[in-house]
Amino acid sequence: MSKPVEDITMTVEEGAPAVDPEELLPANEDFEPEIIVFACHYCAYAAADLAGSMRLQYPTNVRMIKLPCTGKLEVIHVLKAFEAGVDGVYAAGCLEGECHYLKGNLWARKRLGHVKTLLEELGMDPRRVEMFNMSSAMGARFAETARGFTERIRRLGPNPVRPRDGFDPVEFVRARMGDAAISDDAQDEIAAIVEEGLKR
Amino acid sequence: MITAERKPFDEIYAMTEGHDKVLVAGCDTCVAICLTGGEKEAEILASEISIKAKEEGRELTVEHTAAIRQCEWEYLDMIADEVDQAPLVLSMGCGIGIQSMAEKFAPKQVMPAVNTNMLGMPQEHAVWLERCAACGECVIGETAGICPVVRCSKSLMNGPCGGSHAGLCEVVGPEGEETECAWALIWERLKAQGREELMFANRPPKNWSKSSSGGPRKMVREEAKPT
Repeated sequence: MSKPVEDITMTVEEGAPAVDPEELLPANEDFEPEIIVFACHYCAYAAADLAGSMRLQYPTNVRMIKLPCTGKLEVIHVLKAFEAGVDGVYAAGCLEGECHYLKGNLWARKRLGHVKTLLEELGMDPRRVEMFNMSSAMGARFAETARGFTERIRRLGPNPVRPRDGFDPVEFVRARMGDAAISDDAQDEIAAIVEEGLKR
Repeated sequence: MITAERKPFDEIYAMTEGHDKVLVAGCDTCVAICLTGGEKEAEILASEISIKAKEEGRELTVEHTAAIRQCEWEYLDMIADEVDQAPLVLSMGCGIGIQSMAEKFAPKQVMPAVNTNMLGMPQEHAVWLERCAACGECVIGETAGICPVVRCSKSLMNGPCGGSHAGLCEVVGPEGEETECAWALIWERLKAQGREELMFANRPPKNWSKSSSGGPRKMVREEAKPT
């Protein structure tokens, strides 16, 4: 007999907890942080989809940029996000050892570690950046991570760099990434190609 | 190849004081290969400076560019327009690149964003080891292809000294890392080559006038000069 999905997802713990309450300031409930999650096509993106199907709630503060693999994420993409005024950034890649491209998620972890040192140089809190791992079956973990990270950023307060009025930093980062991110258009094209392939 | 390390951020940021526009100029040759000052790193530094300035509410325009090679006039021509428009250039090239830019674009202020540290060999991905001191008179033919000038802590011509123990030097790195004794390595390789007698040859003091001690060096190849 197979286990219900909820049981599996709730028992798996990977990576750092999204929020360390004892170390952080009380959350500022008036502050709505802008957060980017760089989500891997093979795991976190599917996990987010699953969270949706499972009707799990997660904050709308978290906006997703889909990548073919978190290994595609570069240091400059994350810096550009902070330069544009985003308050927190995390990447959600496959479980370690399960990367579709073998080591992309390990590279992402190292690169985000480097971003943490750069943020420290700039006098910003390195906890504004984090790497999480999850499988495509972990809808609950996706939602819990989004909630926990949003809570963490709420406690850290706004990025000292504020976005200009009427400027959407997430769209800016997405555009800046070009082909490194999978756009909605590209996704439709991929779907069409797959469909065409299946017909044959 | 020439290797360099980026200067601490605070030191670089202090250089921008009093300016409202800076250009971070990378070099896509040696410093790009050692992952310090190529176009990618120039963009990262530009972004960092920009974030810091915005944090402070300071009006500062930060641009970035990269020359294919900062140490050649022709490649500097290709970035001349960008350089012209910036009152301050932070160069991420090696010491040669930085000086080439300062000379080419004089009296423009060109500041170093990196510390050039050695002529290194990439031993593995992201690890470089010093292998040449550019001393002007190579001796490694007699020392089994291992340079005593740069790999012996004392640059001894007739080693090893009493500080060599079990193949290691008495000198340890800043973080306690062990240094191999160059003369122990030379001995082992000379033995493997069947040339042990070279170990017992007496080498006279080295002529350091061919190194940087003899003043700035100049190399001219008359036969290769354009007619």
